[in-house]
Amino acid sequence: MKEMQSLYLLVPLAPLVGALIAGLLGRVIGPTWSHRATIGLMIVCVVASVTVFMDVLQGNTYNGTVYTWMITGDARFEIGFLIDQLSATMMVVVSFVSLMVHIYTIGYMHNDPGYQRFFSYISLFTFSMLMLVMANNFLQLFFGWEAVGLVSYLLIGFWFTRPTAVYANMKAFLVNRVGDFGFLLGIGLVLMYFGTLDYASVFSQAPQLAHQTIEIIPGSPWMLLSVTCILLFVGAMGKSAQFPLHVWLPDSMEGPTPISALIHAATMVTAGIFMVARMSPLFELSDTALSVILVIGGITTLSMALVAIVQNDIKRVVAYSTLSQLGYMTVALGASAYSVAVFHLMTHAFFKAVLFLGAGSVIIAMHHEQDMRKMGGLKKYMPITYWTMFMAALASSGVPGFSGFFSKDAIIEAVHFADIPGSGFAYFCVLSTVFITALYTFRLVFMTFHGKPRMDHHTEEHLHESPWVVTLPLTILAIPTICAGWLIGPMLFGGYFGEAIYFSPQHGAVAQMAAEFHGVVGMMTHSLSTAPFWLSIGGIFTAWYLYMVRTDLPAKIKQAAGPLFILLDRKYFIDEFYSWLFAGGARALGAGLWKIGDVKVIDGFVVNGTARMVGLTAVLVRRFQSGYIYHYAFTMIVGVFVLISLWS
Amino acid sequence: MSSGFPLLSLIIWLPIIAGIAVLATGGDRNASMARWLALAGSIAGLLVAFPLYSGFDVLMGDMQFVEYHPWIEHFNIHYHLGVDGIAMPLILLNCFTTPLVVIAGWQVISNRVSQYMGALLIMSGIVNGVFSSLDAILFYAFWEASLIPMFLIIGIWGGPNRVYAAIKFFLYTLLGSLLMLVAFIYLYRASGGSFSIQDYHKLPLPLAPQILIFIAFLLAFAVKVPMWPVHTWLPDAHVEAPTGGSVVLAAILLKLGGYGFLRFSLPIVPDASQYLSGMMITLSLIGVVYIGLVALMQADMKKLIAYSSVSHMGFVTLGFFLFNAYGIEGAMVQMISHGFISAAMFLCVGVMYDRLHSRQIADYGGVANKMPVFAAFFMLFAMANAGLPGTSGFVGEFMVIMAAIKVNFWYAFLAATTLIFGAAYTLWMYKRVVFGAVANPAVESLKDINHREIFILTILAAAVLWMGVYPMPFTEVMHTTVDDLLAHVARGKL
Repeated sequence: MKEMQSLYLLVPLAPLVGALIAGLLGRVIGPTWSHRATIGLMIVCVVASVTVFMDVLQGNTYNGTVYTWMITGDARFEIGFLIDQLSATMMVVVSFVSLMVHIYTIGYMHNDPGYQRFFSYISLFTFSMLMLVMANNFLQLFFGWEAVGLVSYLLIGFWFTRPTAVYANMKAFLVNRVGDFGFLLGIGLVLMYFGTLDYASVFSQAPQLAHQTIEIIPGSPWMLLSVTCILLFVGAMGKSAQFPLHVWLPDSMEGPTPISALIHAATMVTAGIFMVARMSPLFELSDTALSVILVIGGITTLSMALVAIVQNDIKRVVAYSTLSQLGYMTVALGASAYSVAVFHLMTHAFFKAVLFLGAGSVIIAMHHEQDMRKMGGLKKYMPITYWTMFMAALASSGVPGFSGFFSKDAIIEAVHFADIPGSGFAYFCVLSTVFITALYTFRLVFMTFHGKPRMDHHTEEHLHESPWVVTLPLTILAIPTICAGWLIGPMLFGGYFGEAIYFSPQHGAVAQMAAEFHGVVGMMTHSLSTAPFWLSIGGIFTAWYLYMVRTDLPAKIKQAAGPLFILLDRKYFIDEFYSWLFAGGARALGAGLWKIGDVKVIDGFVVNGTARMVGLTAVLVRRFQSGYIYHYAFTMIVGVFVLISLWS
Repeated sequence: MSSGFPLLSLIIWLPIIAGIAVLATGGDRNASMARWLALAGSIAGLLVAFPLYSGFDVLMGDMQFVEYHPWIEHFNIHYHLGVDGIAMPLILLNCFTTPLVVIAGWQVISNRVSQYMGALLIMSGIVNGVFSSLDAILFYAFWEASLIPMFLIIGIWGGPNRVYAAIKFFLYTLLGSLLMLVAFIYLYRASGGSFSIQDYHKLPLPLAPQILIFIAFLLAFAVKVPMWPVHTWLPDAHVEAPTGGSVVLAAILLKLGGYGFLRFSLPIVPDASQYLSGMMITLSLIGVVYIGLVALMQADMKKLIAYSSVSHMGFVTLGFFLFNAYGIEGAMVQMISHGFISAAMFLCVGVMYDRLHSRQIADYGGVANKMPVFAAFFMLFAMANAGLPGTSGFVGEFMVIMAAIKVNFWYAFLAATTLIFGAAYTLWMYKRVVFGAVANPAVESLKDINHREIFILTILAAAVLWMGVYPMPFTEVMHTTVDDLLAHVARGKL
């Protein structure tokens, strides 16, 4: 048991040490030893994570303190680990994808002047993310939460001389801060009513507070847990990029591609999903919060998938796809199917990492060209990239047999069975998005790899498959992309998550699904007679027809759609609206308060005004001290008269 | 805990005597000697402060290291010193900062070196005196004396508009503190002829005089903190002050105001403090939000950090008047953390100012290309200023927000906006100054920080991270004192 505890420590500390080595000594030890050190320590981290995972499968969970951070008032704040099925799953996914991205980076960032810095950042990210998932209390969760935000900020702005990159990273940080604002208030309510931030004690007290009300607006009592859960979910909306806080994620594509795969697809953005799943004992007690989650998730799923159809930048297509897939996970949370959300989180981590890393491989081959209109026919030059991406596209579209099929179908089923208000709307969104997902994913595949080459002659001559450090991670990640879904039986319906996820007896979606589940093969054969399958096939077929057969049609549709196309192309004008209202508003308000409040009123009128009054009085009083005797005599006489007339 | 050894006297007078010795080295021919002597004096000042921490009994609520000698017996004035869990950390912060400021001015200050270094050391001793005085007149003497060295530092080594700034600083703070003296005289008569602060704590007072005394104290302390709307001297003072002056001003002198609230307002007039807490909370929250927005629009880096200071100090006064342990301890933590972070931020601006002689954001851009090591340090401190968990900046704000939500959800709501505004003004400045392509030939000529600068920033970085990762030792020393204070305030005097 003691050995296991040191292993728990080793999991986050190994990448932290790697980050310090590459960050502080990077210049001394050079690029090669920097990546050797970080990757070596990442291997240690993966091995330790897998060992912990195996141990957890034996039923050995752990909840304990590492050290006491602070004691104040009546509360103890501690740094500690909660190792159970949920965190162990996340640890394996995070460390494994991170290791793959570390290896991939050798190829992608080759010869970049910031090579060591990059390795330092991604190792630091891995540390932060592991601290987040292993936390046993809200404070440490918040620490990891903000720390991954910091590294994301640093990595989006990695190429800091690009104006777009440093704009995008600030935007990402600030939008995330808006989410964290709600998150921190949620944590505040938890501390106030539960008197602790420790998960176990909060969750055990939750049922007693189920009917507690709080008057945030005096005179209107609201359910405490609904308010708390919605505030916590605002944090998740920021981190997991849910509408209307999604605006930072597409712009985050300014960062190097490996981090788009690691941070902005596979791991960090799923932190919000993980958090809600972790808090299931709280969320289960508030149907209001679950409704909000369902509706927000539904809107994100559908609206972002629609935008993905009109993107031409290969990374942006994948980015909007990520937004839409995060919407799926959110919907699953709202349907009270937390385990399903985590399951989709896992399969998505694999197939989306492949899509991103594959896109990166294409970008290297194309000499950093990202516009799909200038690609085409890459299949014969880059077979490994093509086939791995093809598998990931099938998984993403939900074709039976591939990982994405199982998790996405489970979500659709869960929403179907859910009876929480808003589930009808969410069901419509997730179902229609199946078609759109298949359409935009295969649009990407066809535009990039099939058809006639559209790049210039020079680029075409130099096209070749990426080096092994790039294709190896792709190939390794392609394996779970195909088969991770086959675990659906044991993971969702076999009591895999144990007590890590709590289901209220009122919410029966997962139980109902379990009753109807007849094995992986049964699920696949059954799907052939259901709508999602045909929608997905229809989407692929449509993409094939539009981008392989009648390539003149997309332009005509664009013409015909007119304003609708503009609306999608400009992403519903949300960016413009925010920059006008919030960025402009804050600047105008700040300038007003400064120029008028500080400079004119306080300093101009009160402070310098007082000084001027003193000055004026002095000028007046000085007149009396003229030095002429007759002035003084005159004043004296006037004074005497006044006194006499007053007292006589 | 009084072992008989006059430790506090040593902590006060050693830097002052060292400062006089530095002054005695005379003109700039002996500049090098003045520097080394100042460094030795400041380090000795830090070393003698260590026993204060190691010998401090965290479980004792009473004053420790007490010294008590008659001074002016006719008026019952005593040389009465002692510290509790509130004063002790602030003394350590002061002793910690002084050597850093001396080193920071090592090459930068080249004229009248001995006077500059002497002023710094003397001020350090005076401030220790403020934090350890238990006699109102002794306190008042140190309090007013602390103005003089800072007035000189701004007025002599400051920027082009230094005279206006120095006089504004002096008059603003002097006007505030005169009313405090009036309050002391009232208390002297009410208590039957005592200037002992501890006697005042026990002195029963009706509500009406309590309110008047509270307002008299408020003017003195609010100007120092500074609270909105009496903050306008601070941006001017910072902009004109040399880097070392700004560091001392932000890291140490602002804390005098916060300390005053805890030593005088809350315990002497507890009922008035509670009666007027709504007003105090409102002013603090206006400070946090209004000043946060004003900071966003600053074109001068020092002004921006000065406004950011005001906004962060808003958390301190907010924490005090919530009357719970999270709030007061959080406010104390915030004061110490602000000491580290604002010092580091002003030093970072100083590093750039020394090279390009401009504080305008617009004159920079792409600094990271030429000064990568500096950019990394600046990033850390910028993030600490934005309250990132894992840095000291988070701890105090977190505690005060947790305290606020217990009192009223909307207090916490407004205070938490600093998460957004604080990040916005800090990172926007960082983006415009550090990121981007090299903006102009002046930036192209920049050289990265030298060993001296790395040394100072490393120490501050370690402090910021230590307090962020393990704040326990900082809060541990305050518990008993804060609990006693809260119990005292809750009992009231009516």
